[in-house]
Amino acid sequence: MSDLPPYPPIDPTTFDLIVIGTGLPESIVAAAACTASKSVLHLDPNPFYGSHFSSLSLTDFPSFLTSQSHASASSPSPHSNTHHDFTVLDFSTRPLYSSLDISNFSPHLLNQHARKFNIDVAGPRVFYCADKSIDLMLKSGASQYLEFKSIDATFLGDDKGNLLTVPDSRAAIFKDKSLGLMEKNQLMRFFKLVQGHLAGEEGVKISEEDLHSPFVDFLNKMGLPPKIKSFILFAITMVDYHQEDVGVCRDLLKTKDGIYQLALYNASIGRFSNALGALIYPVYGQGELSQAFCRRAAVKGCLYVLRMPVTSLLLDKDNGCYKGVRLASGQDIFSKKLIIDPSFTVPLPVGSSLPHPLQEKLPLSSLKDDRVKVARGICITKASLKPDMSNFLVVYPPRSLFPEQVTSIRLLQIGSNLAVCPPDMFVLYISALCDDDDQGKKILHSVMNTLLTVPDSIDSESNSAVQSETAESGSVLQNENAESSFTAQSNTREGKPTSLWSALYMQELTSGQVEFICSTPMPDGKLIYNDLIDLTVKLFHEIYPDEEFFPKTSTSENSGDDGDISLET
Amino acid sequence: MHGRPRKAPKPEDEAASAAKAQKLRALQTQFFSYHHNKIYTKEAVELSAKLLDINPESYTAWNYRKLAVEHCLSQPDSDADSAKFILDHELRVVESALRQNFKSYGAWHHRKWVISKGHSSIDNELRLLDKFQKADSRNFHAWNYRRFVAESMNRSEQDELKYTEDMIYTNFSNYSAWHNRSVLLSTLLEKKAEGFLSKEKVLPEEYEFIHQAIFTDPDDQSGWFYHLWLLDQTVKADSPLLISSWPAHGSDVQLVDRCHNNSAFSPFTTLHSDSGSFPIVLYFNQPVEGVSSSTVTVESGFNKSEDLVWEPVSVSNSQAAKVWVTHLKFPTSELHFPVEVSVGHSKGITSARGSQYSFSSVFSFKVHVQPIKKDSSQGSVAESFLWGEENFKVYGIQSEESIPILSFDQLSIRNDPEPTVSDWRAEALSKEIECFRELLSLMDCKIGKLTLARLLMAYDAMSFSCANKLSHSEVLELYSDLMKLDPSHYQYYKDEHNLVVLKQVTSSRESLLKHCFQYTNSVPLTIYSPICLRLNNLSLSRMGAFEELLWVQMLDLSHNELQSIEGLEAMQLLSCLSLRNNKLRSFTALDPLRKLKSLRVLDISYNHIGEHFIDTTRYLCASPLSHSVGSEWNKDETVIGDVALINYWDAFLIFKELNLKQLDILGNAIADEKFKSVLVKIMPALKRLDGELLG
Repeated sequence: MSDLPPYPPIDPTTFDLIVIGTGLPESIVAAAACTASKSVLHLDPNPFYGSHFSSLSLTDFPSFLTSQSHASASSPSPHSNTHHDFTVLDFSTRPLYSSLDISNFSPHLLNQHARKFNIDVAGPRVFYCADKSIDLMLKSGASQYLEFKSIDATFLGDDKGNLLTVPDSRAAIFKDKSLGLMEKNQLMRFFKLVQGHLAGEEGVKISEEDLHSPFVDFLNKMGLPPKIKSFILFAITMVDYHQEDVGVCRDLLKTKDGIYQLALYNASIGRFSNALGALIYPVYGQGELSQAFCRRAAVKGCLYVLRMPVTSLLLDKDNGCYKGVRLASGQDIFSKKLIIDPSFTVPLPVGSSLPHPLQEKLPLSSLKDDRVKVARGICITKASLKPDMSNFLVVYPPRSLFPEQVTSIRLLQIGSNLAVCPPDMFVLYISALCDDDDQGKKILHSVMNTLLTVPDSIDSESNSAVQSETAESGSVLQNENAESSFTAQSNTREGKPTSLWSALYMQELTSGQVEFICSTPMPDGKLIYNDLIDLTVKLFHEIYPDEEFFPKTSTSENSGDDGDISLET
Repeated sequence: MHGRPRKAPKPEDEAASAAKAQKLRALQTQFFSYHHNKIYTKEAVELSAKLLDINPESYTAWNYRKLAVEHCLSQPDSDADSAKFILDHELRVVESALRQNFKSYGAWHHRKWVISKGHSSIDNELRLLDKFQKADSRNFHAWNYRRFVAESMNRSEQDELKYTEDMIYTNFSNYSAWHNRSVLLSTLLEKKAEGFLSKEKVLPEEYEFIHQAIFTDPDDQSGWFYHLWLLDQTVKADSPLLISSWPAHGSDVQLVDRCHNNSAFSPFTTLHSDSGSFPIVLYFNQPVEGVSSSTVTVESGFNKSEDLVWEPVSVSNSQAAKVWVTHLKFPTSELHFPVEVSVGHSKGITSARGSQYSFSSVFSFKVHVQPIKKDSSQGSVAESFLWGEENFKVYGIQSEESIPILSFDQLSIRNDPEPTVSDWRAEALSKEIECFRELLSLMDCKIGKLTLARLLMAYDAMSFSCANKLSHSEVLELYSDLMKLDPSHYQYYKDEHNLVVLKQVTSSRESLLKHCFQYTNSVPLTIYSPICLRLNNLSLSRMGAFEELLWVQMLDLSHNELQSIEGLEAMQLLSCLSLRNNKLRSFTALDPLRKLKSLRVLDISYNHIGEHFIDTTRYLCASPLSHSVGSEWNKDETVIGDVALINYWDAFLIFKELNLKQLDILGNAIADEKFKSVLVKIMPALKRLDGELLG
């Protein structure tokens, strides 16, 4: 920190909105506010864009996660706490990641390429071609800064390491070799039923009663065999919990929502003529998305300052209303509204009796079961899990890997053609919902052991939150033993690719809130951004109830662009 | 590209197209003046390019460019390099026209023409095609051109087959790709290329492939087209086959006069002949050519095989026919002699597609001649044949009276032993049947039902000698369902339904006997047959099962819904026919009767002949304007009395060739006095018209 250049002074010092953190929701709100002609200051203590939604190099990744894994009080404010006009409250950060475990089995190989990686912090994530985020990118103009490629296929995995192609489209059903003729007919007819129902076709109607019953009951009623039910529930509508076990299911999908998801998926296939299937992924990683919105905001006049920690919150002495923030440079900046990254909290002084007018506002959404976390795992390999294919998704439905597995596990392999890693390497992202860290770890290990050869962990460097102080240097330390043991096993054992590097961590889920101050949500456990975007739009409307969220422009700026995104084939 | 609704043009579009038309007219005037004056200067040729750029459909402009190219190439200073330059320029013009409209016939044709000149690189063409086929994978122009290019560059059929597969995997709703696949497979099978030695190996794999498409989306038609082609490939016998004959194998034919005391013979095989000859009829499973005294040997005591003349029985006067007939002379004295007919011992009988008749078949029968006594029945010349119900009695009653009926199987012949090639076909069909029964158990699907019905009938036809005959009721039920489900194709289903009914009727001795009646009235001299097949009141819209009915001499088809009697020419022995109360609309619909030389009694009363001013069948059938009947239509005969025959040419063509004794025509719009007088003149031998004795 000490060798950083002195903080530049910011001018002007008063804004309509200050946004701290450049995660996706913050970036979208910043861009939307600028589009609504608000003056916006967008700050980020990190030297990169994206916060919890960023894509980082192999060196930045551990340090970011480590820094976010423990609570810390902000460094004391450079100026006196007692200001004559304001009450000053110091920010502190809360731990959002736990059980961080990064292992580098091949430091020599990886460290020379460390900068060539763009590792998603919130992986695995993809876009459905027809989902809300794509529409938002097109509407906002952010799409012009992004480029995408198709995900080649989706598979359903089992505990033997087999990957079964998910027949998700007409062409895929036709081509599929594992489905029987009758199953093909049933599956396609079901797709058509849903499409016909949504298109309001004559004589094709799903009854109101069915629409409000559980989707799984409807699938049973349609006589779909278990295999097809699995495809639809876990690989297309992407439910997290086993739908037929009421005891464990926490996200029972209604038919209405199920067919909406299915229709979204179907509409995604063929929305863009050069996309292979329903799913696409941005070149250079998911972090590009936040950046694209920031660039969009900057074009509209947003002021950006990175590497700028914010130390305290300034409140009106008299009525307790928010006034501004104090930066690490000591400068005080004022604004009408403030949005902060979920990492920050403001511990109220004990016994404070400050009036909090904003507290009257309702939370953005009912808080999720706070016991639930997202277990995330990342592995780097030199061989694809599936020969001849580099980018694909694998879903492990509940109980497919071990009997106590309650939630579905999703794994996304991304190859070097998406510029997320050096040539001939692959990055695997794994995620699943879990109740606690132990359960999360068990899930991640079971996937990794099913698909990968993991070198003996004795050789690895283990970084937990407790050891976090030494983690940064520790992980880059070369361990000669580990290096040699890797070379000996560099050829895949039992035909499975070997893990060169792995990171396991549990991420807290916060849904964002509008209370005393507005905070944005953490990445959720989903594969797509739809829910996050809904929350973000809500947040925007909470702070600007009278403004339209990215109004349709009649300017020539993006008029020629009637809904195509840049898709490489 | 496909399945997009057409939108009404916006005003600005109309303005744009008006401006385009304006520009086009100006260009066109200039272009025609160049064209007429044969001006092929650079400027003139450029102008045609401009014209084509706006309107790629301008055939004249393409032709002009061809002339211009020929002109340039014929210049004395033209060499290979300049030719290549000129032709490459043509390719660019075509390409730009195709960008305007990639379905322009003229442009694609011009490209073919240029490439055929042989100066241009053909490799580039595949790249171009890939672009066009990506833009629209169902563009049949591109597919057509692709076949041309593939052939020109000697690209292997296997590679092209793989290409169709790739296209089908991208989107199986692609008629062109499936079609090309059928073309390529036909070629490969014909060539007997490696891996394509026999249908037996290739077709089951293709069935497997097409099932994926059909089951995934039964509503998509393209797959069904290919399935139909496969079915045709499976069913179609490569070589023609004799499936039935008259007289049947092992039968005793009795040639007699009116006395039928001799109860030793079946009335089914008793024939009256006043010409000293009797017919031998061969019925093949498909039209064949080359039936002659050299390909068919007839061993009998009285005729030299080589003297026999075999005639094709075909309405269209073509040399290919399913039915062939010859007439065997017999002596007038009482005699019994055996006849043996061998078909296909020497080569020469071929199908329309050129396959040889390859299974030699022999059938034999015995002929018993009883001399005709001329005296007794002279007076009965005018006796009329009455179709009334009271004149018939069920033949079954008499069958108890120890009249031996030949075993039904002997009414028609079967080639024995059964050719073994059909094993895999039967197996393929039964697999298909299982498959589609399963599909229909899952969902209601019209084309699925139709396919299953076709499969069942094909299987039925194939397993004729086997004991495992299918019950026809499943097929009948399928067609009944289809008539309800798909009323717009009602008539087709009804016709098919009829054919099955007729198959059912003729499938066993018992069921057929139910329709066999004995004529109890006294029979006119010219007719000797106690047995009348009565298929009346069955609401038949189509006649069929002819191969089982070659023996029929008296046929009652009254009170049906017949609009056509297509195929009836096969019943060469027919002497009495009632078509009363049907839906025949014209004389051209009676065309098959011209081939029935034995027909003496005809009832076409109460039909719709003459009711419809426009006879739609005329467009489909032979008329004096078409060559097939031109020779029979003599201009000199066009007036009989004061009646212009030209008004009744269709009736003339039918009746002139018939030797009718009795005709009933009342109840038709056309049957007025004037017409009747014409009929009497056309047929001097006619004895009774509408029941009235003629003088």
